[in-house]
Amino acid sequence: MGKARDALFGPIFDNNPIALQVLGICSALAVTTKMETTVTMCLAVTAVITVCNVSVAVIRNQIPSSIRMIVQMTIIASLVIIVDQSLQAMTVTYSISKQLSVFVGLIITNCIIMGRAEAYAMKNPPGLSLLDGIGNGLGYSVILLAVGVIRELFGSGKLFGCPILPLKTEGGWYEPNGLLLLSPSAFFLIGFIIWALRTWKTDQVEEGN
Amino acid sequence: MPNETIGKTIAVAVGVCVVCSIFVSTTAVSLKPYIVRNKTIDKKRNILVAAAVPGADRLGSEGVEKEFGDQIVTVVIDITTGEVAADVDPMQLDERKAAKDPERGVEIPAEKDIAGLRRRSRYQSVYRTKEGGSDPRIILPVHGKGLWSTMYGFVALDANDLNTIKSFAFYEHGETPGLGGEVDNPNWKKLWVGKLAYGDTIGKPEIIIVKGTAPRDSRHEIDGLSGATLTANGVKRLVRFWLSDDGYGPFLKRLRGGDDHG
Repeated sequence: MGKARDALFGPIFDNNPIALQVLGICSALAVTTKMETTVTMCLAVTAVITVCNVSVAVIRNQIPSSIRMIVQMTIIASLVIIVDQSLQAMTVTYSISKQLSVFVGLIITNCIIMGRAEAYAMKNPPGLSLLDGIGNGLGYSVILLAVGVIRELFGSGKLFGCPILPLKTEGGWYEPNGLLLLSPSAFFLIGFIIWALRTWKTDQVEEGN
Repeated sequence: MPNETIGKTIAVAVGVCVVCSIFVSTTAVSLKPYIVRNKTIDKKRNILVAAAVPGADRLGSEGVEKEFGDQIVTVVIDITTGEVAADVDPMQLDERKAAKDPERGVEIPAEKDIAGLRRRSRYQSVYRTKEGGSDPRIILPVHGKGLWSTMYGFVALDANDLNTIKSFAFYEHGETPGLGGEVDNPNWKKLWVGKLAYGDTIGKPEIIIVKGTAPRDSRHEIDGLSGATLTANGVKRLVRFWLSDDGYGPFLKRLRGGDDHG
């Protein structure tokens, strides 16, 4: 039972894929200017990582180690195509998928997914791998959502496109911080999150050279 | 059977590929009608936006279909002559497919092909707002190569003078987000409004994108996009191509001529 709980909840704070493993940073910069795209990306990555983990775990004892990476890659790529097509097919997500443009396809190169397949799903049964997939999806989502909320709220005064802080240009009082809409701001925010997390959980601090 | 034999390796590789390809092709085939429908609606919505139909970007799919039927007239023209091709059904006309077809497509001579198209469709759907509106517009589809992708968009001209640009926007492109993708930036798109496409002669476009900032009172110059020179060059060339005599020039001249005769 403890193992299952670790697999599901461990990646959220104790072993967060972005904050501790420092994987999947690229998409965290690119898609977090708006909550709409952030949430869609979180769901897409969580879906891919979960299904990928289960599929790899199911055939883990059959995969020859010489071609294991390309097998994982094939599975990931197929799943990403399916997710991409589904996003384009649903009326609600069509315009979001247009905004996400290449970043949906780039889920293939998100190191978290291949990292979990290689490090976890190759060694553990499907049930645990499923939980590990969901857990890592959640861990990724927690950071992305935090960054997304800050960037959209303070960058454009909105959340999910609804005005929260009335902008000066529209007669309100809030002067938006344009830096938050640019990619480097996500770097700073993720840096602050990692700092906060390591102050709270001191065992995550890396030893100096 | 041990995993590390050649036979097993090939068997696993083939197995994984077959299973994955079945999943991918099933999804692709079964979702295609929905994706096509979404694309059509999106295109119509962008035509409505170019026609300045209020609230067009917030309409649902039924709303888009209804407003499109109420407000927009589709006209199929023969690009070379500029004549209206009444016998071609706009519903059946797919310009992208037609361009590749030896019968229905036309090769563009290399020295004229500034937009990097190689071929274009013989016939082309263009759109205009229905008679009687206070802001009549002709909406011309344009496309051409950017840096990475073919970019598709609409130029809306004032239907009275066939010269003043009323709106310009892309609805499909694959340029780098944040750099070339800035062609979608509302502030940049606003720069086009009110500029004049032509000087004295229809078919000889004067509109141009300059490096840096254009003079404020300029009638033909648009600011460049910093960090996206190649995309901006592509935009400039495709707009100039489609507004020239190789694009919509003959059609616009006919429209102008028709006006003169009443």
